[in-house]
Amino acid sequence: MSGFHIVVLVKPVPDPGCYDRVEIDPATGALARQGMPSVLNPSDRHALEEALSLQERHGGRVTLVSMTPESSAETLREALAMGGDEAVILSDRAFAGSDSLATSRVLAAGIAKVAPFDLVLAGNESADGGTVHVPSQVGELLGVAHLANVVRLEVDADGSVRARTRIENGYVEMEGALPMVLGVRREINTPRYTSLMGVMASQGKPIRVLGAEEIGIDGSRVGMDGSNMRPGKLSRPEYCRKGERVKGDPEEAAARIVGILRAEGVLG
Amino acid sequence: MTGEGKAPVRRGAIWIVAEQAGGTLAPVSLEILGQALRMARAAGGCEVAAVLIGKDAGGLASVLAWLGADKVFLVDDPRLLPFQNDTHGAVLTRLIVREDPGVVLFGASACGEELAPTVAARLDTGLGAHCTNLDLSADGLLMMGVLGFGGRVHTEMFCPARRPQMASVKPGMFQPPPRADRKGIVVREDAAALLEGETIRLRAVKVVRKEPEGVPLEGADVVVAGGFGIGGKEPWALLDDLARELSGAVGCTRPALDEGWTSGDHAMIGTSGKTVRPKVYLGFGISGSPHHTVGIKDAGVIVSVNSDPRAPMFESSDYCVVSDFRKIVPALIREIRKVKGDSLREPSPA
Repeated sequence: MSGFHIVVLVKPVPDPGCYDRVEIDPATGALARQGMPSVLNPSDRHALEEALSLQERHGGRVTLVSMTPESSAETLREALAMGGDEAVILSDRAFAGSDSLATSRVLAAGIAKVAPFDLVLAGNESADGGTVHVPSQVGELLGVAHLANVVRLEVDADGSVRARTRIENGYVEMEGALPMVLGVRREINTPRYTSLMGVMASQGKPIRVLGAEEIGIDGSRVGMDGSNMRPGKLSRPEYCRKGERVKGDPEEAAARIVGILRAEGVLG
Repeated sequence: MTGEGKAPVRRGAIWIVAEQAGGTLAPVSLEILGQALRMARAAGGCEVAAVLIGKDAGGLASVLAWLGADKVFLVDDPRLLPFQNDTHGAVLTRLIVREDPGVVLFGASACGEELAPTVAARLDTGLGAHCTNLDLSADGLLMMGVLGFGGRVHTEMFCPARRPQMASVKPGMFQPPPRADRKGIVVREDAAALLEGETIRLRAVKVVRKEPEGVPLEGADVVVAGGFGIGGKEPWALLDDLARELSGAVGCTRPALDEGWTSGDHAMIGTSGKTVRPKVYLGFGISGSPHHTVGIKDAGVIVSVNSDPRAPMFESSDYCVVSDFRKIVPALIREIRKVKGDSLREPSPA
């Protein structure tokens, strides 16, 4: 086998640094997130890094696949500047409003379009939704083995896989064989910096845009109509408390805090 | 209590998928059982069943029955521990197809994060992720409350047309059932039949669990938490000292974890970390993004120390100290020792 074809699932998301600006429009009850720049989902950078280091070791190809509006091609270009051979954007009005399973259907159909593949890597979760559903559901829909929460990965030239997944207070070593879909956590590696060479090289890398028809997916199985989950009311959780200012020098403030600890029965 | 003679409305059973973890039941399994029992009662009564898939788990199945599950489906087989999404996914999917429950709840633990979407994909049904809120209407529709955008937005999600309605539930959101010597039945399933014809593609070759050192965050009466404002590993030791003095647990924010100042991600509080409910929470150098504050909303009293008087954290606090933690923490430790010394000398009035 001369190298693998690795598909990396990537998603442009509203910049997590701006989430304190997300508001709910009181008139429509919908999310207002104007002016929030798009960035590559943070954990996807780790998926791409893992793919690139496997490519350095084994050769082969790396294809980025993203379900995103065509307008976020710039974010894909930035990802290609980090590495990868080409990108495929899955964009269609029919995809809008997809829940995680409908999204996974689109992604699985897109992956099938660039098949054969050996390994699909994805960031464990997206910063905006954060369901951790996509790695498992894409794996199920493609009919291959899948894992989430991967923090260490070894793939041998013969396609055997050893993956360490994070569990509560520990980890599990799993063994299997390609093909596989893996969701990786940020602990797995440190993504490389994008070099100037990379930025220049990315300009010549192909970005294809494919719609529902081109990936052969039934429009009624995706988007709002194809989603089992329906959003209802949005609200902004309030965590406000009385906010009494404790005055005085550090000694006085410390004495006051100790008074609170005693009043709550956790000291003395 | 379901009334005798009067048939309850057929709205489907509520199932919880229990998790065998390190020889015991995962705490979140009891939390979702507690919420399932509360919802069943509030919706006018329906069956609550637990599914337990594992190995040598008969004793744990009895615990679930004792804690209030009307029925426990026990699938016990050496091939079912440790957890693997292919074996557990196959078994659970077959049980759900056979029994047709209305609601299936999972703990959003590492294994729940794989099992729930796996089964939802196989059944083509809806799944709410990391729910912080659950409510069942009298006609059996499940409201799944989820937080998005770092805790900034709460969305009510529904799965109106498909059954079962499935949800994974963030640990620490609900109380376990009160002690009750109820006696549900344990149904021992034929594991071999439920696994028949399944290709097992993954093999768990090693499981390592290490209890973190120090007082666990869950259940601690006092939590001492630090954020990015602590500024380094050395000053962080002050927080460890303070927590030790109070027999409390140490928690942190995501930025402090990323800086590597804490002992590990078991200490992280917030949307992607833990939910805590101490009697007193003491926060130092924490800016107060919803990412973190969502994890402490049920704390008894919140005291915050920050040198920035405009820190958003103060809006989510009961007591606000505008000061440098490097001055406050040593003063606090001195004051606490003084109190402890006093109480050693004279018997406490209580």
